[in-house]
Amino acid sequence: MGNITLSAVTKTFGDVNVIPPLDLQINDGEFVVFVGPSGCGKSTLLRLIAGLEDISSGKITIDGRDATDAAPAERRLAMVFQSYALYPHMSVRKNIAFPLKMAKMSQAEQDKKVENAARILNLTNYLDRRPGQLSGGQRQRVAIGRAIVREPAAFLFDEPLSNLDAALRVTMRQEISELHQSLKTTMIYVTHDQVEAMTMADKIVVLNAGNIEQVGSPLELYHKPRNLFVAGFIGSPKMNFITGAEAAKHGCTTLGVRPEHVEVGHGDWEGVIGLAEHLGSDTFLKVQVAGIGDLTVRVPGERGLHHGQTVRLHAPADKLYRFDASGMAM
Amino acid sequence: MATEHSRTAARLMVSPAVILLFLWMIVPLGMTIYFSFLRYNLLMPGMESWTGFDNYYYFLVQPAFGAALLNTLLLVGGVLLITVIGGILLALLLDQPFKGQGIVRVMVIAPFFVMPTVSALVWKNMFMNPVNGMFAHIAKTFGFQPFDFLSHAPLASIIVIVAWSWLPFATLILLTALQSLDREQMEAAEMDGASWLNRFIYLTLPHLTRSITVVVLIQTIFLLSVFAEILVTTNGGPGTASTNLPYLVYQQSLLNYDVGGGSAGGIIAVILANIVAFFLMRMIGKNLES
Ligand SMILES: Nc1ncnc2c1ncn2[C@@H]1O[C@H](COP(=O)(O)OP(=O)(O)OP(=O)(O)O)[C@@H](O)[C@H]1O
Ligand SMILES: [Mg+2]
Repeated sequence: MGNITLSAVTKTFGDVNVIPPLDLQINDGEFVVFVGPSGCGKSTLLRLIAGLEDISSGKITIDGRDATDAAPAERRLAMVFQSYALYPHMSVRKNIAFPLKMAKMSQAEQDKKVENAARILNLTNYLDRRPGQLSGGQRQRVAIGRAIVREPAAFLFDEPLSNLDAALRVTMRQEISELHQSLKTTMIYVTHDQVEAMTMADKIVVLNAGNIEQVGSPLELYHKPRNLFVAGFIGSPKMNFITGAEAAKHGCTTLGVRPEHVEVGHGDWEGVIGLAEHLGSDTFLKVQVAGIGDLTVRVPGERGLHHGQTVRLHAPADKLYRFDASGMAM
Repeated sequence: MATEHSRTAARLMVSPAVILLFLWMIVPLGMTIYFSFLRYNLLMPGMESWTGFDNYYYFLVQPAFGAALLNTLLLVGGVLLITVIGGILLALLLDQPFKGQGIVRVMVIAPFFVMPTVSALVWKNMFMNPVNGMFAHIAKTFGFQPFDFLSHAPLASIIVIVAWSWLPFATLILLTALQSLDREQMEAAEMDGASWLNRFIYLTLPHLTRSITVVVLIQTIFLLSVFAEILVTTNGGPGTASTNLPYLVYQQSLLNYDVGGGSAGGIIAVILANIVAFFLMRMIGKNLES
C-alpha cells in the first residue's frame, strides 16, 4: 500500500513561505514526478513527506493513517538522496542491511534479503566493497538497494541521477522504471529534468514557487497545458510565445506554438534564419520573423537550411495554444 | 616542475631549516647521553669522572622509579580518557544550533590559553584548597568535611587539572570533525529507523575515529612530559604519590644535584616515550590512513 494525501500543507522557514497551502493525492503504485525550476520547493516538499522537516500547518495522511507528526522511520518510506548518503565506513552489504539491522531482523533473513536485492541490482560482486570503491552508478544502485530491502510503502527519490553522466543517466532511468514495473510500489521522484519527468512518470506534478501549477499525465501536460508556465516548462525546445497583433488575430493575449509543430517551406510568416543547430536527427532553427520576433523551429532530419536563408513558416491552426491575459489556457 | 635543477635548488633552500632543527635536537640529546655516563654532581664541580652504566643502574633500581613510571602512565591514560570522552560529549553539545554559539565556542576554547602553572595555581588555591577553596565551601554548605584533594588524592587531582586544560583541544578537533559529518547520511539513517544512539554508534563514532586518533597521539606526546602542574601543586608528593618521570628526573638532577643520574633518567624517559609511541602507532596508527 502507498496512498499519500497532503491536505493544505504549508511550510515556512523563518518568515519565508516556501510552500503555500498545497493539496495533493498520490495513489498506490503510482510513479509521481515533481518537476519545477531550481528553488521552487521540490526537495522541501519531498522532505515534508519523508518527515525530515516538520510541516508548518496542514495534514499528511499515509495509507489512511495520520502521519503528520510521525517520525521518519514510522512512515515506512524509503528515500534515495542526491548525494546517495551511503554510510562510508560500512561495506555495501552492511549498507544495504542497515535498515534491516535497525529493525532487529534475524541475521539469516537479513542475508537473504540483501542477496536478493543485490541480484536485482547487479551488485552481487561488489557486496564486500566500501562505497568509496564504487562508481557513481554503482553507488546509486546501492542506495536504491538500501531502499528496496525495507519493502517501504513508497520510495522517495530526490534528483537521484543528477550526479551521473548523460549515458548512465539514461540507463539508470530505465532501470528505475523497470524496478517500478516489477515492484509496483508508489514512487515519488523529484527532478528538474523534464525528459526524466516525461519518460518515467505516470503523473507529473509541475511546481512553481511552491504552488502546484498542474497535475496530470505527461501527454496531458504536453497537449493541454493549463497555463503559460506549464506550457513553457514541458517540451523541449521550449514552446514559442507570440504576443501582440499576431496573438490578437487569434483572439488571445499570448499565442503558443511548439517548435516541432511549425512547418517550414510554406505559410504566411516569413523570416531569416539566425542560427541553425544541426543535431543530425533534427535541426533546430532560430528564425527572426518580422512583426513576431524570434521563433524556434524544429525540423526533422537534415534539410540543408543554414544561417541567413529566408524561409516561410506555417503553424497549423489545430496546433496552436491560446492563453488569456492572466496566462491561463483558453 | 621537478627538474634536476629545481630539485637541487629546493634542497639548498630547505637545508638551513633542516640543519638548524637537527642541531636543535641532536646537541641537547648528545650532551644528555654524554652526561648520563659521568659521575657529575653539582656539589662537586670539576670532579666529573666516567662511570659507565652506573647512573642507569641506580636510576632504575630506586623504588621511586617504578612509582613514577606507573604514575606517568596513569596520568597519560586518565587525562586521555577524560578528554576524549568529555571532548566528544562537549562537541556533540556545541554542534547543536543555539543562540550565542560563537561566544560559547570561544569560551570553551579559553582554558587552552591559560598557562599550566597559572591554571594549576588557580586550581590549587581557589578550588582545591581545604580551607579557602570553592570545593571546601561547597562541602561545608552541605555539612560535609572539606576534602584535601592535593594531599589525599594527589594524582587524581593533577589528572583533573591537566584534563581541564586539554579538554578544549580535544573538543575543538572533535567539533570540527563533527561539523564535517554529512547531514544527508544522518537523515538517511533516521529514515532507516536508527535511533539517536544507533546513529551515534554506527555513523558519528566511525566518522570521528580519525580525529580521536589525532587527539590521542598529540596529547600523549605532551602528557608524557607534564611537569609544571606537579611542581606548583604537590611537588611530587606526598612521598612519590604524584611523581612522574619528568618530575623524578628534575628531583634527581636539581634537588639531589645529581646531573649524571638525572641525565640517565632523561634518556630512559626518551626510550620509554618511544616505546609508548611505537605501541600507539601499532594500535591506532592505521586509523590515519584514508
Ligand atoms: N532550511 C532552510 N531554511 C531556509 N530556507 C530554505 C531551507 N531549505 C530550503 N529553503 C528555501 O526553500 C526554497 C525551496 O528549496 P528546495 O531545496 O525545496 O528547492 P528545490 O526545488 O529542491 O531546488 P533544486 O532543484 O535546486 O534542488 C528555496 O528558495 C530555498 O532557499
Ligand atoms: Mg532540491
